[in-house]
Amino acid sequence: MLNSSLQQLGSALRARKISSVELTQLYLDRITALNPALNAYVTTNTETSLAQSRAADVLLASGNAKPLTGIPIAQKDIFCAKGWRTTCGSKMLANFVAPYDAHVIEQFNNAGAVNLGKTNMDEFAMGSSNETSYFGVVKNPWDQNAVPGGSSGGAACAVAARLCAAATGTDTGGSIRQPAALCGISGIKPTYGTVSRYGMIAFASSLDQAGPMARSAEDLALLLNVMTGFDPRDSTSLQRDKEDYVRDLNKPLVGLRIGLPKEFFAVGLAQDVAGCVNAAIAEYKKLGATIVDISLPNSKLAVPVYYVLAPAEASSNLSRYDGVRYGYRAPEYSDLTEMYEKSRAQGFGEEVKRRIMIGTYVLSHGYYDAYYLQAQKIRRLIAQDFADAFKQCDVIMGPTSPSTAFNLGEKCDDPVQMYLSDIYTIAVNLAGLPGMSIPAGFGSNARPVGLQIIGNYFAEAQMLNVAYQYQQATDSHNRAPQNIGL
Amino acid sequence: MSLTNADVQKVARLARLAMTEAEIESARSQLSGIFDLIAEMQAVDTKGITPMSHAQDLSQRLREDKVTEADQRELFQSIAPQVEAGLYLVPQVIE
Repeated sequence: MLNSSLQQLGSALRARKISSVELTQLYLDRITALNPALNAYVTTNTETSLAQSRAADVLLASGNAKPLTGIPIAQKDIFCAKGWRTTCGSKMLANFVAPYDAHVIEQFNNAGAVNLGKTNMDEFAMGSSNETSYFGVVKNPWDQNAVPGGSSGGAACAVAARLCAAATGTDTGGSIRQPAALCGISGIKPTYGTVSRYGMIAFASSLDQAGPMARSAEDLALLLNVMTGFDPRDSTSLQRDKEDYVRDLNKPLVGLRIGLPKEFFAVGLAQDVAGCVNAAIAEYKKLGATIVDISLPNSKLAVPVYYVLAPAEASSNLSRYDGVRYGYRAPEYSDLTEMYEKSRAQGFGEEVKRRIMIGTYVLSHGYYDAYYLQAQKIRRLIAQDFADAFKQCDVIMGPTSPSTAFNLGEKCDDPVQMYLSDIYTIAVNLAGLPGMSIPAGFGSNARPVGLQIIGNYFAEAQMLNVAYQYQQATDSHNRAPQNIGL
Repeated sequence: MSLTNADVQKVARLARLAMTEAEIESARSQLSGIFDLIAEMQAVDTKGITPMSHAQDLSQRLREDKVTEADQRELFQSIAPQVEAGLYLVPQVIE
């Protein structure tokens, strides 16, 4: 049951071979057993989850079930879920019980899915290792000395350790793809605007995008069918017809043109990761794809540009945490300014404060043109590079992360080194393109390697097809960590 | 790029973040490293390039000016640090 696909689980539920209550209880028991070591979940709520599963069983018995009815899903703790504590990994929101549902949560509720709990994450999604969470680090289930990646590290860990059937994540600079790669699972960040940001706690609004994390491309397609859709409450939600992301999974890949950007295979890429990525490309050639050498000349500027734009937007978004209407308020203060300054100083962690400071600086008087405006101009050059590349190829491939999972604590004291671990993912967010990561074998330390697939705008169905065909021909996505009680 | 402690202090003030002397010192050295990374983009010639503020070049959608939300004051104030008689309480700002 724990290794079943969502399609198989749905069939078993609809055939009444297992009930949603039994399936939910199975996962809750696994969380009780394994979460103390892995720390993938910040909050579980047994009664609420079981009540949802009982309601799902009624639907299943009535024959009115949808594909995901009764399936337990882990929700990243960035999504407001009514009645659930929603912390965003921060002390600032440690006691915040959301008064409403995010659009993503509504979509899963309408599909009859069960909310299994809220997953750990880097504070306000700012991090690449899950080490900035107020609720402690998450361990990589493949090797508990390693980070799971971030910011959706709890989600990636929960999927890999079979502590949920599937999970949600969000990706501002790589936060779905990088942890998916480091934990050996599949994840997709769709085109910006495809999934509503309503009720998803804001980090950098022009880059934030939610997406699913699961064990296969097939599962991702089913999840994306539920998560996407127009929502008038998000001003950047796109008005498009509802798509069926499963529709193209079985298309053959003969004639597919894969672009390999030379910048993604240059100095800085670990040998063992390069080896796995090249082996995956060789497999694609066997499946009938052709390789095109391309260049993304401005991609090397993605990290500096991102560390101007994302902190600038974050410093604005996080100004709402003032200790007045909700969230943490310092116990002692003498006046209003001191209340703000102390509440924010005590409620935010180091990395969040660092990014607020960067953002405040680049937006401050006298520096706006040199930093913010310059970064926005280079953002266009980066997006143009992709537009030029997609004239020559259908999808772009490369590594998701320059190395396999690094050790806990290894990059904590050096923010610049930590930032550079997202070097291959950030440009995709800047352009607003869809990107995904799928497992592509294991590095020299037996830690997973991710293959990144980047598509053109709205090419998710094609990317899922490309990933699915690889997963039909190979088996690294079916491998499971040891010591997770299977 | 080298920031001074006074620069950091000014930014912390603008961002409403209380910081001790030791925190300012450590923030100064880490922020300087980050701004060295950011400085790579200064060499790029961007004359004539239109800034890209958003992933989609769309204009903002407008909606009808009518009330769509129900009054949920009690629910929303139940999670506030300090309220009284339906009002959010903060330290006195007007003498």
